[in-house]
Order: sequence, then structure tokens, then C-alpha cells
Amino acid sequence: MRVSRGVTSRRAVGAAVAAGLLLSAAAACGGGDDDKGGGSKTSAGGTELKGVTVSVAAKWTGTEETNFRKVLQAFEKQTGATVQYASTGENTDAYLGPKLAAHNPPDVAILPQPGLMQQYAAKGQLKPLEPDVVSEVSQNFSPYWKDLGSYQGKTYGVIAKAAYKSIIWYRPQAFSDAGVQQPPAAWADLVKDAGTLQDSGTTPFTLAAGPQDSWTLTDWFENVYLSQAGPDNYDKLAKHEIKWTDPTVAKALQTLAEIWGKPQFLNGGVATATKTKFDESITQVFGQNKAAMAYGGDFAAANIATTKAKVGTDAKVFAFPKAGDTAPAVIGGDVAVAMKDGKGAQALMKFLASPEAGKVWAGLGGYLTPNKAVSPDAYSDPIAKQLIQQMQQAGDSARYDMSDLAPAAFGATPGAGEWEALRQFVSKPTDVKGTQATLEAAAAKAFK
Amino acid sequence: MKPTHEGVPPAATAGGAAAVTGPAAPRRGARERLTPPSWLALLFLLPALLLLGFLVVYPIVYSVIRSFFDASGGSFVGFDNYTGVFQGHDDLVAVRNTVVWVVVAPTLVTIVGLFFAVLTERIRWATAFKLVVFMPMAISFLASGVIFRLVYQQDPDQGVANAALVAIHDTFKSGTTYPGAGPRTGGDQLVHEQGGAVLGSAPVSAGQTALLPLVKVKPEYLPKDAKPAAQPPAAKAGQVTGTVWFDFTKGGGGEQNKPNAGEAGLPGIKVEALRGGKVVAKATTGKDGTFTLKKVPSGAVTLRLPKGNFTASYGGAEWLGTTLITPAIIGSYLWVWSGFAMVLIAAGLAAIPRDALEAARVDGATEWQVFRRVTIPLLAPVLVVVLVTLVINVLKVFDLVFIIGGGDPNANVLALEMWTKSFGGGNDPGSGSAIAVLLFLLVLPAMLFNIRRLRQERK
Repeated sequence: MRVSRGVTSRRAVGAAVAAGLLLSAAAACGGGDDDKGGGSKTSAGGTELKGVTVSVAAKWTGTEETNFRKVLQAFEKQTGATVQYASTGENTDAYLGPKLAAHNPPDVAILPQPGLMQQYAAKGQLKPLEPDVVSEVSQNFSPYWKDLGSYQGKTYGVIAKAAYKSIIWYRPQAFSDAGVQQPPAAWADLVKDAGTLQDSGTTPFTLAAGPQDSWTLTDWFENVYLSQAGPDNYDKLAKHEIKWTDPTVAKALQTLAEIWGKPQFLNGGVATATKTKFDESITQVFGQNKAAMAYGGDFAAANIATTKAKVGTDAKVFAFPKAGDTAPAVIGGDVAVAMKDGKGAQALMKFLASPEAGKVWAGLGGYLTPNKAVSPDAYSDPIAKQLIQQMQQAGDSARYDMSDLAPAAFGATPGAGEWEALRQFVSKPTDVKGTQATLEAAAAKAFK
Repeated sequence: MKPTHEGVPPAATAGGAAAVTGPAAPRRGARERLTPPSWLALLFLLPALLLLGFLVVYPIVYSVIRSFFDASGGSFVGFDNYTGVFQGHDDLVAVRNTVVWVVVAPTLVTIVGLFFAVLTERIRWATAFKLVVFMPMAISFLASGVIFRLVYQQDPDQGVANAALVAIHDTFKSGTTYPGAGPRTGGDQLVHEQGGAVLGSAPVSAGQTALLPLVKVKPEYLPKDAKPAAQPPAAKAGQVTGTVWFDFTKGGGGEQNKPNAGEAGLPGIKVEALRGGKVVAKATTGKDGTFTLKKVPSGAVTLRLPKGNFTASYGGAEWLGTTLITPAIIGSYLWVWSGFAMVLIAAGLAAIPRDALEAARVDGATEWQVFRRVTIPLLAPVLVVVLVTLVINVLKVFDLVFIIGGGDPNANVLALEMWTKSFGGGNDPGSGSAIAVLLFLLVLPAMLFNIRRLRQERK
């Protein structure tokens, strides 16, 4: 009896061990990334690139992806090439890094930050544009945008898509209910109107200060800083030529605290704000009517489209209020780069720099381009028309998003660097000194 | 054990020994005939060895080498990457969290698994129950992460966890009427705030009326039966009357501090009259916001709308806040893995001889004593295996932390830090590799333990 008993229980243990090992092995293998590559069909039209396959990687998903695929279809029609699109997910470097290390990158990649382009160009991982593509770029873009796509005198990138970040979205209904007739033009008015909205029973803001979307906080900061300290200081801070412990930074933070530091101004208070994702912050305003204003670039229109609110009537924008002398114009943008040699890659780059691509895209919405050859009439929605005019007005004082020019470790990593420092500042809005010290420490490490 | 040994006749042991040495010679001959020569065996093993070499050995060796170089891979930095893991606040948080995970999660999962396994032995629908508990294992971690992100949403209207907390809280303590409401900021006001309560600025005495305007009333808290604000009724002798209303005309305009047309009265607000800090009369506002304080003694009194009218409603716990985020994620891990522990422990439980339990019961042991002194010792080997397997698993927990934490540094663990450092923006494969090697070294003893155990059982 005893012997047999021992055997059975041992067998059970053995089976348990085996199952455990198997499971842990399975879990270890589970993390593999599956390529979301989806081929598009070739359609009739041009034939000069028939049989050529061009692979493209960009971070867009959802509506943005659908629209981009339509632009790619126009390219396929024009040339006869086949384009394969793959989404890189939010973290483009995490997707491209290993592929570059394995010498198997996509033909064309669309990078969310020029900083990343510089990084790849410095390592020689990008292919410079051919002369006819460069001339297409020079013809359609102003020198500022061409320079953003260049590294050490060579042009690598085409600004495929711009994002205008100096706007605040608001719900006109909430404003008129509170008796706010005109959207604020200066920071002091913004704070005052926020108070009036609060008096009327509407929470003024939603703040997307969740760890994964704290880039909205960096945008707030950039708008205030550009406005107060001016473009020259902005450029210096972007290159870390002045320190984050500078008094200009302190002033900008104190200004921000006039809104961030009032939990009653933020939907759900600080506890909710510091967990809110960007898309949630938009739907809270326009889907659930929980607040009156939300910060978001022009691209927020895509999020608003998922609610019942209509962009242009239920959701409007006003220019980010001036906190100082300069009217802020902060611009972001995605840079297309060629990562492999080949006719297909250069042809697609040329197409992306051409007004044709811009026109198709502008007609689909959720798109802005600094491409001069795309006229404001090409844009389908009125908001985009308004923004493209604002953008062209800003002219030389427009600046590229500072956090996207910084090394990713400082300006583009969830839970680290500038993102997290500003997120902590939302929780502790009185601690200007400490926030500056944290920012400077992180910047010093990243700009090494 | 001793009697058993004594019971075995020496001859048997000798025979056993002989059995090992005795037939050895003929068996060697058999091997020569039946098994292929060693070079051929090696040839057959070669593909597997090559594959293992490429996929397992080479990456490990390369990671170890890479971990001694800096971010660009250009210069040798010695052990700097390893010491770097334990420097800086954020890195230390990751180390601390990993320790918390390794200590808490496997223990908790094993205990809950044991609990479920023992219970399922005694219920009728055991299989159905087991199926339900095991089901989360069939969901990918990413999906589980997304589910629990929703569970832990801050807003009680969206997050189940907070909805439950608020429901429990509100059964014991009813919610307040107008959270967030208060006097208008700035200017010359009829009321002012003091310690959460709202006080009338001017003292009143019996026979007088008072206007107490409030703003910041959220529409969702305004009762549906609220009527337009009325002028306070005439006060008789010994009475103080007044109106508490939402002093905001929709669309702006309207004279401030006067109940204009279109402004709603605030029903259900408690009003107190104070003299020398003592409450001398009490009333509650009606549907049009008017109230009448009766039997007010002569002399000046101050009107107070106590704090209870305005304190913010209970919003639940801050699950994804600094302190609770790691426990919250461990909770989701428990949800996923307790089924696994339960199934393995239930298998072990089934193998426990019933007569041992019965013998204990016959000897007068209580159920708890049977469980504690018989079941657990007999189950110990299975429990240890489950625990060790979970430790291995917990050391590399990534998906749940990545999704639920969403990048919050307070939720960070080493496995996630490894990814962030090398790919997720850190751009430093050197320190990423160092963390990977460190994790490998931490997993190694647990792995060896499990493999040894497996070997022993095979013997």
C-alpha cells in the first residue's frame, strides 16, 4: 500500500513540474510580435513600377491608417507598384531599432520625431534623397521644413504630415451656457473664463496626464514657454543650451500651475487627470460633456469623430492663448525617410513630397501639411482650413515641438524624462523648484 | 522509515545490487547491436543542437557581452551597467517592485489556488467551478491587462472596482447633496467659505430675511424637482427666512446675488443659525430653495450651510495611484494565475490517499487539523513546484505591468525596465542587457530546482 501511494503522489508531482515548465516555456515564447503587414492590391493605372513592392512602416492605426492607405492606393494607381503597410505601434524606435540592427528595415518609414531621424542619419541607416526628390521638396516646402528633414547638409526626410499643436478644443455650448462670448485670447482670460465656467457648474478642463499620454503636458508647456520666453530661448532650451533650472522655465511652470494647480478646474481632480489617456480626455469633453475644454492638436478631430459631436459646430478650436508677447505656434510632424535603396522607395518619397499626395490626404481629413502647393481649398473640413491659415500666418516664429526634438529618453518616453516630470508637477503644482531639478537631471542625462 | 528498512531482507538489497552490476556485461553487448554509434547519434542531434545554439546559447552569450558595453556599443564599461540597475530613484523603484512581486504574488496565488482546490473537492459543480476559475488562463495577458485597466478606472461610472467601493460606501453613508458647490470667487459676496462650510457674510436677527447665493453647482447634482428660485417668504416674529439658490443665469447675464428668473432653487440644503459658535436653529430648504428658521432667539445670528452639504462625494480608491498600483496589478495577476495553481494542486490533492485523512479523522482530528497536519504535508511537494514555477513566471512579468501601468514609473518592474532601457525610448541596449542577465541569474536557481525535482521524480 505505502509503496504504491508514494508512486502515485510522486507521479502527480512530476506531472505538475512538467506542466509548470511547459507553461513557463509557452509564456516565454508568447511575446513574439506579429507583423500586421497588410498588402494592398495593385490597381490599374501607371505601370512604370509594376512588380515593385514597397514596404512602408508608420505608427498610424485606425482612421489615420485607413486614410494613409488611401493615399498609398493613389500612389499604386499612379505607378503600378504594390505597397505593403505595417503599423509600428506607438513606439516607432522599438519597432525599427531591431529591424535596422538586422539590416532588414522597411523601404520607407515615417518617423514621428525629427530627433529620431537625426539619430538614424548619424548612424548612416538612412538613404539620402535623390536629386529629383530633393528638388520636389525644395519646390513645395519652405527652407525651415526642408532643414528639419536634413542632417549635415544632406536631405533625408520629407515632412509627410504636420500637426498643429497651438490650439485648444472647446465645446461652444458650454461656453455660451456660462455666458463666455469670446474664446480667450490671453492666458489671463483663459484662467478667468475657466473660473466662470466653473461657476456655471461646468468643469473647465480635461487634462490627459496619464503616464502614456503625458506628451500633452509637454505641449502645454511648449506653448506657454514659446509665448513667454520667445523663439530664441525656445531654440536654446530645445538644444539644452540653457538649463531647465532657468528662471524662464520657472515662470512657465508657475503660469501652468494657475490651471494645473486647481484640482476643481480638472475633470475628476488630480486623481483622474493623472490616469487619463489622450483619447479619453477628448471623449470626456465631447462625448460625455464632462468638461468644456481639452488640449489637443488638430489630430484630435479624429477622436472627436468617434463621438456624436460634430467638428465645427459642437467642437471648435481657439488659438492657444498668449501667455507672453509671442503668439505661440508649435508644430509637430511626421518625417518620411527612405531606409533602403531602390526605385520604389525614392518614387514613394517623391510622391509624398508632391502636392498630389497632399491633396488626396487633405480631402480625407485629419491632415495638415506645410506643403505650399496644397491650397487651403483642398481641405475637406473647415477647422483644417482655419488651422492651415494660422500656421501660414505664424511664419518664421513657428517652432517644432520641443520634446520631439530632444532625445527620446527625455522627450518621448512614457514614465520618464520630461513626460513624467510634468506629470508629477500636476500632482504637486507648488513644487516648481523640485520639478525643475528633476527636468534638468533627466535632460543632462539624455543630452550627454 | 526505520521499520521498513528492517523489514527488507538483506538478500533483497544484495540482489538489487547484483541486478545492477550483474547483467551489465551482456547489456553492453546489446547496446552495441541495438543503438547507433555515437557519431551517428551526434549527427541526428546536430540540427537540434544548432537550433538551440542559435536561439538560446548565442543570445545569452551575446547579452552577457553586450551588458559590459555602453549605449552605443563602442566602449567597454565594466560593471557600470550592473551597478546602474541599483542607482537612481526610478531604478530602485523597479527593483523594489520586483521584490514585492516575487515575495507576494506567488505566495498569494498558491494560497488562493490551494483554497480553491480544497473547496472544489467538496462542492457539487466542481468541474464547472474549476472551468470558470481556469478560464482567465485562456485569455492573453495583453487582453487581461486591457480588462483590468477598465476595472481600475478612476471614474466610478466606468471602473468596476471603484463602482463597487462607492456602492458599499454609499449604503453606509449617504452621499452629499451638492459636492463642489460654493460661493463665487472674488468680489463682494453675500456668503463666504470657511473650512468647507458656507457662512452668511452679514449677521441677521429674528424677523429678517437672508439671501444665500451659491455657484459651481454641477448639473448632474441639481435635483429634477428643483423649482425656480423664489424670494424668501416674509419672516414672522422669531423667524429668519431666506433662499439658497444657484446664482447663475444660463448663458450669463442676470443680476448677481439676486434670484433672477431662470435660476434654480437648491432644495435639501441644511441651514443652521449660529450664535457664539452654537447652533440655535435648524432648517432645510424647500424645492424653490427657501427656508424658514423657527424660534430664533432675539439678537444677531450667523447663518451657516454646514460642510456636509458640499463635501465631494466618495470617489473610490485611487487604484492606479502611487501606492496601490503594484498591489492592483498583482490582483490582476492573481485573477489570471489562480486557475493554474488550482488545477495543479487539485491534481496533487487527488493523489493523496484517502485512508490517511480518514485515519486522522478516526483519531479525532478536527477538519482544520486534518488539513493543516495531513493534507498540507502530503501536498508540500506540489505546492513547492507551483510556487517555484510562479516565481520564475513573476520575475519576467511584463504584459500586465506594461498595459495596466501604462508606463507609470511607480509600477515598474525589472522585466519592463529591461525593455524600456533597450527599446522603449531608453536607447541603451547595454543596460538593458545587464538587466536581462541579472534576471537570468535570478531565474536560474529556481529553474535548476525545478529540473532537479523533475529528475528525482523520474528516478
